[in-house]
Amino acid sequence: MTDWATMLLQPIQSLRPRPVDGDALVDRLRLTVLSLGYALAMAPALALAILSILCVPLSLVLVGLALAFAVVPATAALTAVHRRVSGSLLGEEIPSGYADTAGTNLVTRPLRWVTDKARWRDVGFLWFSATGGFAMSVLPVALLTAPVTHLVGALLDGGGWWWLLVLLDGPLLVAWWCATPGLVRGRALAERSILGHTRVERLERRVREVSASRAETLDHSAAEVRRIERDLHDGAQARIAAVGMNVGLAEKLIESDPAAAAELLREAREATVDALEDLRSVVRGIHPPALADRGLAGGIEALALPLPLPITVAVDLPGGIPQPVESAAYFAVAECLANTVKHAGATRAWVVGSYDDGVLHLEVGDDGVGGADAAGSGLSGVARRLEAFDGTLEVASPPGGPTIVTMEVPCRTGR
Amino acid sequence: MPDGPLRAVIAEDQALLRVGLTRILEASGFVVIEAVDNAPSLSRALASPEVDIAVVDVRMPPSYSTEGLVAAVAARQARPGFPVLVLSQYVEPLYARELLASGEGAVGYLLKDRVADVDGFVAAVRQVAGGGTVLDPEVVAGLVSGAGREQPLERLTPREREVLTLMAEGRSNAAIAARMFVTEKAVGKHTNAIFTKLDLPPAPDDNRRVLAVLAWLDGGAR
Repeated sequence: MTDWATMLLQPIQSLRPRPVDGDALVDRLRLTVLSLGYALAMAPALALAILSILCVPLSLVLVGLALAFAVVPATAALTAVHRRVSGSLLGEEIPSGYADTAGTNLVTRPLRWVTDKARWRDVGFLWFSATGGFAMSVLPVALLTAPVTHLVGALLDGGGWWWLLVLLDGPLLVAWWCATPGLVRGRALAERSILGHTRVERLERRVREVSASRAETLDHSAAEVRRIERDLHDGAQARIAAVGMNVGLAEKLIESDPAAAAELLREAREATVDALEDLRSVVRGIHPPALADRGLAGGIEALALPLPLPITVAVDLPGGIPQPVESAAYFAVAECLANTVKHAGATRAWVVGSYDDGVLHLEVGDDGVGGADAAGSGLSGVARRLEAFDGTLEVASPPGGPTIVTMEVPCRTGR
Repeated sequence: MPDGPLRAVIAEDQALLRVGLTRILEASGFVVIEAVDNAPSLSRALASPEVDIAVVDVRMPPSYSTEGLVAAVAARQARPGFPVLVLSQYVEPLYARELLASGEGAVGYLLKDRVADVDGFVAAVRQVAGGGTVLDPEVVAGLVSGAGREQPLERLTPREREVLTLMAEGRSNAAIAARMFVTEKAVGKHTNAIFTKLDLPPAPDDNRRVLAVLAWLDGGAR
């Protein structure tokens, strides 16, 4: 962003008329320029407002649908500018909060728009911008430009009427000085309340997110339980049953055919070794011993050790991270490293972990070929698991690498 | 029961267990016609009139739920009284009930653990092939404890309860006597007492007797 834009979009300095100095003058001039912008935005706003209303009846003859595909994005672009400007003036962000239109097609997207409250707030904003908002913003501009016009008129034309008007300009300038910051702030606040979320909507959204992530967590744990049951059934249980059969048959054959009995017993012994290995791998899949004994840092080190490429582990965490978070983070790192080994063709990888301000940060990176897909089943599964803890996962993996997966999970330590 | 060796079909998706079962049955004088590892093959194998008994795993491909059980019950509908012994890694009284309901006798439901007692297992296979009923002690224990809430069972002496449990597992008087180290006559006395106390109709035939006991227990368990 250029310097003048930064300057222009600073928060409003003060609403008070004093002090009367250079800085205050510059700020008021800046706000007047912004007001001019706000006022000029009335033209596209009014056009879009009318077109938006037209879209609805015209949809019956399909023209409206086509129109909507022009009007709705244009409205979004216009409101985005207003969110940005008004947000900057208030020193905060105004979120757009549109419903997700991913996975919609030409027919379902307009339906999504129609049912999206945020889009209707945009339309409401257009009308505000064309009416009350316009009045609020045109005032500072008029209060400042009128005296200038009068003076120029008096000097060029020299008529008495002009000089009478110039006499009235003192109060106009005072009014401009006093009212401009308040009017601009009023407009910004109005935009925030129209375009931003209401408290109820924020809460509704939160509840939707929480229920979705809860359902996914439940799905996930049900799938985990099924997986464990299947692993046990097909692994250790089957092997131990086979051991029983072999030993039973060997017992029967030991007199009549000792050689066959010995062979059966040897097979049985091998099967017990396999059964134990199966049990160990199931246990590792539920709660890895290193994680249980050493916490997340130790667990990740143990995870990295047997992998076929050098992995730098720099995980420095305080004690007392909640166990479910530790476990989710552990399996997230495990999945990322497994991806690295399988797909990245990397020569080295690293895991960096830290905890600041109530947030657990983990970064898993490699110098491989890149092109990892965050929507792939492995990483999206990890993202879902982390979502259950309000955690996030971001993947940066340009073609050619490097791949960096960043995970953040808010959590309180027990200390 | 036909003359000559019994011809069996084995259905078990785990190779280790399939081989183990085949070995055990062949070593005990059975002819294993086919050992299959999925439900469609099992259904095909059971269509052959050659088969005298099927030993079937409950859970098999393609969906790893209860294909084996479903195929066994279907085979018994197509051929009433066709002997099926179902093996499983866990006991589920619901499955036992479905099997028992699929016709009178010639069914068994055992934990895979029981196969390790080779002689006991082979005896069970023969018993089912001969039209008998064999239930795993775990299933029976579940039924007995479920029925325990009913008053009449409390009228039985501990000894009689033990006999009842063994009867429900499908054992004959002789087998119960051997198991309890008493004479067959003593077992007969116990069974008579049980039938009287539970108001069961007298049933001379071993298998009918088992079914009557199971029906009573199952009813009590509900």
